[in-house]
Amino acid sequence: MRLQSINANELHFSMEVVMSYITCENLELGYEGIPIVSNLSFKVDKGDYLCIVGENGAGKSTLVKNLLQLLKPMVGTIAMGDGLKPYEIGYLPQQTVVQRDFPATAWEIVLSGTLSKCGKRCFYGREEKKLANEMMEKLNITDLKKSSYRNLSGGQQQRILLARALCAAQKVLLLDEPVTGLDPKATAEFYELIGSLNKEGISIIMVSHDLQVISYATHILHVEKDNSFYGTKQEYLNSDKGRRFLSESREA
Amino acid sequence: MWYAIIVGVLIALCSSLLGVTLVLKRFSFIGDGLSHVAFGAMAIATVFKLANTTVLIMPVTIVAAVILLRTGQNTKVKGDAAVAMLSVGALAIGYLVLNKFSSSANVSGDVCSTLFGSTSILTLSKAEVLMCIIMSIVVVLFYCLFYNRIFAVTFDETFTRATGKKTELYNLMIAIITAIIIVIAMNLVGSLLVSALIIFPALSAMRMINSFRGVVIYAAILSVICALLGIIISILASTPVGATIVAIDIVAYFINWVLSVILKRD
Repeated sequence: MRLQSINANELHFSMEVVMSYITCENLELGYEGIPIVSNLSFKVDKGDYLCIVGENGAGKSTLVKNLLQLLKPMVGTIAMGDGLKPYEIGYLPQQTVVQRDFPATAWEIVLSGTLSKCGKRCFYGREEKKLANEMMEKLNITDLKKSSYRNLSGGQQQRILLARALCAAQKVLLLDEPVTGLDPKATAEFYELIGSLNKEGISIIMVSHDLQVISYATHILHVEKDNSFYGTKQEYLNSDKGRRFLSESREA
Repeated sequence: MWYAIIVGVLIALCSSLLGVTLVLKRFSFIGDGLSHVAFGAMAIATVFKLANTTVLIMPVTIVAAVILLRTGQNTKVKGDAAVAMLSVGALAIGYLVLNKFSSSANVSGDVCSTLFGSTSILTLSKAEVLMCIIMSIVVVLFYCLFYNRIFAVTFDETFTRATGKKTELYNLMIAIITAIIIVIAMNLVGSLLVSALIIFPALSAMRMINSFRGVVIYAAILSVICALLGIIISILASTPVGATIVAIDIVAYFINWVLSVILKRD
């Protein structure tokens, strides 16, 4: 019995040595010296599907900005490992007002995702265009190539932004409330698409307060002021916090 | 007259290029604010009897552009209020200074020509034309070289920043270029009407065209045609140059608006 527990510890230890894509330890996040959320620890491994839930104002958006390195954590570290370089998180932002009537074709937008691969060059090369073409094919939006972004449906727009994110990075995708404003059918299709990308080995970090997404997730991070929960989906569903959150959300 | 046409076409070209970005980034008010700041600077330069007024106007306007852009990004300071404050303030101080300290006999004439553009565009010196040509080449070159980055920053600044690009730097460059264009364009249409040159061609193009590249090219061509027409009409009918160009820009906008409605119905 005793021997077994030592083995379990050793196993745990060796898991720690192999770095995860993203390891966050004891984060304290906030703006301009005012902490919003503290005591936050979690990690993202290859193939994980992490769902970040929490109430409005709990600090989900702040966490997103920190993961993208747009903000620096006040305390603690966000370490990248396992071959993931900084700025290699594909990001699908919430739509802004500016974008809704933006005159640009799908192709122009998807291609702009490859900009980080251009380095100091000013123009897109053959490889960037090939990558953009591949990603559009993968997401089944090649026929929208010449369509104007502002004339497309919400679901199609999200696919275009997703293709752009995949052009920028192929290991980890970070999606910030991606189904806001989509109708139920488009929402279901979008989740299905993300699920299939996840099966191909792309790690997914999804910020959402939509309960549907939990069925796809492998891990849950419930952000709360200084008492956040991180664990597998099963652990979460069995925890008090998880049960309370699910029942409250269903009522709402 | 050839000088006026060269300068007019170049200014129209540059302002329409930047205009697309400024309108889409919801920065069109910055153009308006900056032109008033440039007016204030011009007034002070006139009072000090500086031989070359651009020496003072250019740096002041550039500094104002950088400050305005910073406040626009900071959500805590209300960006639109800051712009309104700065532009009205500059306008008032400019007029006050001109009225009180100017040795010119015709103060209201001076003010009117800086606000609404002077006929001096028809009597430009060779040096002024040369400077305008050089500045325009710089602007167009900058726009072409950084076209892809400008698109990325305009469409989605957060995403671009998240891929590790220095968007602040690009924003800063856009602000500086905007300031340069406004100062040059002030000679043509005057400080009150500068923002018309920036906004109208971009808005017209956005009605008609669906791709970003198309909008930029269409806006540039439209703006140049309007400026050409405006200068020629103003010479023939002896109307004020600036106001004539802007009036034609307005007409062009309505034509495009009607066309876009008709085309969409089909």
